[in-house]
Amino acid sequence: MAGARYVEQAKGNGMTQAAEKHDDPPQTVDLAEEYRASGVAEVLDELDRELVGLKPVKQRIREIAALLIVERARQTMGLTHETPTLHMSFTGNPGTGKTTVAMRMANILHRLGYIRKGHLVSVTRDDLVGQYIGHTAPKTKEVLKKAMGGVLFIDEAYYLYRPDNERDYGQEAIEILLQVMENNREDLVVILAGYADRMDKFFESNPGFRSRIAHHIDFPDYGDDELLNIAETMLEAQNYHLDPQARDVMANYIELRRVQPHFANARSIRNALDRARLRQANRIFSTSKGPVTAEDLSTIRAEDISVSRVFTMGVPDSSKGC
Amino acid sequence: MRITQGCFSFLPDLTDEQISAQVEYCLERDWAIGIEYTDDPHPRNTYWEMWGNPMFDLRDARGVMMELDECRKANADAYIRINAFDSTRGWETVRMSFIVNRPKIEPKIDMTRFDAAGRSQRYGWRAVR
Repeated sequence: MAGARYVEQAKGNGMTQAAEKHDDPPQTVDLAEEYRASGVAEVLDELDRELVGLKPVKQRIREIAALLIVERARQTMGLTHETPTLHMSFTGNPGTGKTTVAMRMANILHRLGYIRKGHLVSVTRDDLVGQYIGHTAPKTKEVLKKAMGGVLFIDEAYYLYRPDNERDYGQEAIEILLQVMENNREDLVVILAGYADRMDKFFESNPGFRSRIAHHIDFPDYGDDELLNIAETMLEAQNYHLDPQARDVMANYIELRRVQPHFANARSIRNALDRARLRQANRIFSTSKGPVTAEDLSTIRAEDISVSRVFTMGVPDSSKGC
Repeated sequence: MRITQGCFSFLPDLTDEQISAQVEYCLERDWAIGIEYTDDPHPRNTYWEMWGNPMFDLRDARGVMMELDECRKANADAYIRINAFDSTRGWETVRMSFIVNRPKIEPKIDMTRFDAAGRSQRYGWRAVR
C-alpha cells in the first residue's frame, strides 16, 4: 500500500519538474549563497579544525568543492555540464591520514550532492579477489553494489595486482573495477590508497587506472610541531593531558623517533601515547598511597614518556616499529 | 494474457525510474532485495529461479538496477520480479513483490475441466503458449 503511494508521489514530482523546465533559467547565480546553502563551509572548517597540517590535501578538497558548486550553478543556468570524474588516489607514507581523509571525503561529497548516500565502504584485496575461478567477479560486484551511492575506499590497492603471478585473480577484479569506474561515474567514487612508491608501480603496470583517476593527492609527512599538536589532540579526545615537562619530552621524543626505522607519523605517535598511558597507570598503581584525584589519573608526566627505549637506543621500542 | 501478480500489476508496467524509486523505498526500510525470474507464470508456481543471492546491506537502488539489467540481458523473454524481504521478526518475510519484466507475448492461462469421483468436476489451470 505504502509502495503504491510512493508511485503517486514520484509521479507528482515528475510533473513539477516538467513544469519547471518550461521556465527560463535564472540569469545570475549567487555563488556565495550556493556555497552557504550547501553546508560545505562547515565541512571545510571542520576539516581545518580537526585535522592538523595536510595543507596540499585541504587545498585540493577546496578545489573539488569549488568545482562542484560551479558545476551545480552551471546546471541551474542550463549550461552544458558533464559529471566530473572524482575518482581519487591517496598516496603517502604510513600514518599520514589517508583513511581519515577518505571518511571525511564521503561526507563532503554527499553534502555537495555529488554522491547520493554518503557512506564509505572500506575494502582491501581480500574483499575483492576470490579464492578460485569464478569467485572473483561476484565478490567484486557484491562490494561494488554495496558501495553504490557512496565512496569505495580500496586500501593498499597495489596488492590487487601481482605481477609475479599471471594467473592471479586480482586482474579480474581490476577489470571489473575499471569498467564500473567508467560507466557508473555518477553512482560512486572510488578512492585508491597506498604508499607512494608502490602506487606508482601499480599505476605503471595498470595505465587504465591512472587515466581514470582525475585526482592524485599526495599526503606529506607531518612536521615535528604538527605531530606534537596531533599528540595533544589525541590525548584530549581521551581526556588525558601532558604536563609542561612531559610536553618537552614528547617534542624530544618525536625528533628522535623520526630518524629511527619504521616511523609511521601519526600512528607512531598514537602507539607511543598508548604506551605512555600504560606506564602512567603502572606508576599511579605502584606509587600512590591513599586516594587519587581525577587530575592524577589524567596527567601524563615526563617520566611516563622518558623511559621509552627511543631515548636510550637507536632502535625503536617495538620490533613492529610503529 | 496479462499476468497480474504482486504489487502494481494492474498498473501499466513500471518504468526503470519508477522501479528504482520503489527499490529505494525498500532500502530505506532496510529490506533486502532479491531478483527472481521464471518462464512459468502459473499462479501456483511460487518458486521462481533466483538471480544470484538476495542483496543485503545495499544503500542505493543503483546496485539493484545493475543486477536487474544483467538479468534482463540474460532472460529478456521471461518474467522477472523483485522481492523485498523484511527481517524485523527474525526471519526474512516478503514484504513487497512486483513484476519488472514480462515476455513480449505472454502465455495464456487455460482452464481445463476434469471428471472426478461420481459426477463431480474438478478445475485446473495451465499456462499455454
